[in-house]
Amino acid sequence: MTDQAIPRLDPTRGAAARPRLSAWREPSILPGFGLSLGVTLAYLGVIVVLPLTALAIRPWELGLAGVWHALIDPRVAAALKLSFGLSALAALLSAPLGLLIAWTLTRYAFPGRRILDALVDLPFALPTAVAGIALTAIYAPNGPLGAIAAKFGIKTAYSPLGIFIALVFIGLPFVVRSLQPVLQDLDNEVEEAAQTLGATAIQRAVFVILPGLLPALISGVSLAFARAVGEYGSVVFIAGNLPMKTEIAPLLIVIKLEQYDYAGAAAVGLAMVAISFGVLVVINAAQTWLAKRGRA
Amino acid sequence: MTAVTPAAPISRIRLPGIAPLLVLASVAVMGGLVILPLITVFQSAFAKGLSTYLAALKDPDAQAAIRLTLIVAAIAVPLNAAFGIAAAWCVAKFEFRGKSALITLIDLPFSFSPVVSGLVWVLLFGAQGWFGDYLVEHDIKIIFALPGLVLATILVTLPFVARELIPLMQGQGSDEEAAALTLGASGFTTFWKITLPNIRWALLYGVLLCNARAMGEFGAVSVVSGHIRGQTTTLPLHVEVLYNDYDFVGAFAAASLLASLGLVTLLLKTALEWRHAGDLSAGRKR
Amino acid sequence: MSHFKITRRGLVGAGAVLGGAAATGLPGLAFGAPALGDTLLNVSYDPTRELYKDINGAYAAYWKGKTGKTITINQSHGGSGKQARSVIDGLQADVVTLALAADIDEIAKRAKLLPANWQSRLPNNSTPYTSTVVFLVKKGNPWKIHDWPDLIRPGIQIISPNPKTSGGARWAYLAAYAYGLKHGGDAAARDYITKLYKQAPVLPTGARDATTAFAQRGLGDVLLSWENEAYLTIEEFGPHYDIVYPSQSILAEPPVALLDKNVDRHNTRLLAEGYLNFLYSPQAQDIIGKHHFRPREAKAAAKYAAGFKQIPLVTIDDTFGGWTKAQARHFADGGVFDQIYKPS
Repeated sequence: MTDQAIPRLDPTRGAAARPRLSAWREPSILPGFGLSLGVTLAYLGVIVVLPLTALAIRPWELGLAGVWHALIDPRVAAALKLSFGLSALAALLSAPLGLLIAWTLTRYAFPGRRILDALVDLPFALPTAVAGIALTAIYAPNGPLGAIAAKFGIKTAYSPLGIFIALVFIGLPFVVRSLQPVLQDLDNEVEEAAQTLGATAIQRAVFVILPGLLPALISGVSLAFARAVGEYGSVVFIAGNLPMKTEIAPLLIVIKLEQYDYAGAAAVGLAMVAISFGVLVVINAAQTWLAKRGRA
Repeated sequence: MTAVTPAAPISRIRLPGIAPLLVLASVAVMGGLVILPLITVFQSAFAKGLSTYLAALKDPDAQAAIRLTLIVAAIAVPLNAAFGIAAAWCVAKFEFRGKSALITLIDLPFSFSPVVSGLVWVLLFGAQGWFGDYLVEHDIKIIFALPGLVLATILVTLPFVARELIPLMQGQGSDEEAAALTLGASGFTTFWKITLPNIRWALLYGVLLCNARAMGEFGAVSVVSGHIRGQTTTLPLHVEVLYNDYDFVGAFAAASLLASLGLVTLLLKTALEWRHAGDLSAGRKR
Repeated sequence: MSHFKITRRGLVGAGAVLGGAAATGLPGLAFGAPALGDTLLNVSYDPTRELYKDINGAYAAYWKGKTGKTITINQSHGGSGKQARSVIDGLQADVVTLALAADIDEIAKRAKLLPANWQSRLPNNSTPYTSTVVFLVKKGNPWKIHDWPDLIRPGIQIISPNPKTSGGARWAYLAAYAYGLKHGGDAAARDYITKLYKQAPVLPTGARDATTAFAQRGLGDVLLSWENEAYLTIEEFGPHYDIVYPSQSILAEPPVALLDKNVDRHNTRLLAEGYLNFLYSPQAQDIIGKHHFRPREAKAAAKYAAGFKQIPLVTIDDTFGGWTKAQARHFADGGVFDQIYKPS
């Protein structure tokens, strides 16, 4: 990347040559900096910053204690725990499933491989409401897979398991797509070397391949997690929406709105944005650290 | 950048007997989780025959929902595409302080729940919101009308084009543009003749993803729609309305249109990945 | 190219984007902007979808016959509380036809779109029809559910929406509570209602979600349902269900109201007043009876009487002191429902 190649400009020298401007940007022959930055900032200002400000300010009309009270309310706490907990579990299950599918798609030739490959992105391209009613139809007690599960006494739709299935559905493509290019490029020589040294297939898989995949795997899992936490359309149909048990945080925001509790809805929304953003920052940092360690 | 061919690479690790098992397991996971829902949509849509299916789509409310969905996407997607180009240009071609903060800001909508992306507009433009009194006084409709649907859709789909273009343009560098400018081309000509052709496939790719999400968005528009039949129900909301009307064939018929849109998106996306792999940003190549 | 010039263009570009974003907010682009006052928006609750489809057609024909003008009536349906919230947030309804008075009270209180005494402006407490809460069970009533006590027998699962968001669920809750009141007083009622909601495996947001969960998805053993919704379920899903009338229930009065500020803005007062009055006409009352709501008008009531079993019905005013009181005591944040509802 270019930002490492170009040395940081000496501020004193820059100040003499180009007053003010170069203090915060490096000179370039290319035009359009002001235009593109102006458009970008104005657009982000209207579409992201202004609404985010409204979201950030609205809860505090309850006062600090009121916001705290709104968030530790058992029902809110349960919804947040459910959304973040199930999303984490779903993202974690997406890891082995995604690895399996990515491995199969990159390493083996079999009839229908390309179709399967293309279909991996379907959960991403399929509107969430469509996925919601379809998954509900399949996993409801009278649906094809729900009926089988019901025979074993397992409740799928209208239980946390149903939400979990929807979240795995949503998250899977992120993991597969993160892993595929890495698996594709994975250094075969390393594997071969390990093979000549007498490592078994399983040892090779665990000690040689997996560490190389780790940054991509973490990236895919964190994307799946971020998407799952906020997911609404595919979940509301299948969840059953039982307070404290299968009520996800985004639905609770809608319910709070329906009860005219704008500040409470904004408080839950703000908490969700803050937590998922925080998680992404931590995961990004972990990933950078891993990548650096891998290079060293 | 390493060249990657889409042809099947064969594993150097030979685990006799395990390959078919892994393939079967993959197909089973994909089948139960991804393919079965797709089949369910079309099967339920045609459950009462082709004529019922067609009648469901010819219903005036369904037609209005289709139209509205197209209008919303036709406004939201070009705006986000223009934004994506501008953002990628300033982020990828220039070095300035606060750049990483700007990139974070561009990515931020990805950590919004769709419901939050709708809620924020209610907080701003709802009758009880910041600008509520002013809007009511001047009879300007944003929430529960087209502008609200467009704003919610734009917020949800904002990062798609920018995310696609930024890594590509960073990888491409500025040498070609610099050369053209040195030879006396104007800034606009340079962008039009050099940059745009370099990024066109990635741009198309980003627009494709942005459009798929824009047309299929449910949570955000559901908060700001008001669900007026034939007026403010987009196609995904129409699916929900019909579902609650016990009109399951109608609901799945509308859903099948959206599923077809998803399939077409996949088809075009796959074609782009195969034919123009080198012109897409690194993560997109296979 | 000087930096100054670029920066100026940057500002122009920024302005263009801002202008573009603002332009989408111009009224000219807004949907349904009623210039001529020939469009009505009726914001209603969940189980009236089929009813108002028929009524709107009849009223449009009636209006055309009277004035020669073609009108359009738009509908929005959802949980009653949710619909009231949308109107308060600015959904430009000309008339609201909701599940209960408390939700229209909220509109009067929070958005001040109509006077507080709205309910006295039309006959019969502004409710052109009544309904009640009944039980819907599977064909043949395999669990022998006949009255309220049967609902809290071990193993029975009840389906009823969330009283916080659904109007029908609030009527159902109060009907159950009233049964408890009659058989042991307030403590017994509280005890009964606590047990009742322990039997609920899901708590959908609206009446339609609840019916779908019960009839389409095979969830639960008994649905606490609007009477009209119960009949509709049998019509829609075939004869797999039986309706059970308990020993007593509640007189549900779903009111209608005109939103003065909105009709004046849209210039639709005449049309909207005509619409609400039309609901009391013999023609509309017949449509109401046909859709299994209990008509007010004598002739229609007599015509459809066979469909409505006469059971003792308590009223919200006599038993609970009116909606304002009931809402505050039972359904407000921290109210009785919040206290008793603790999913295991």
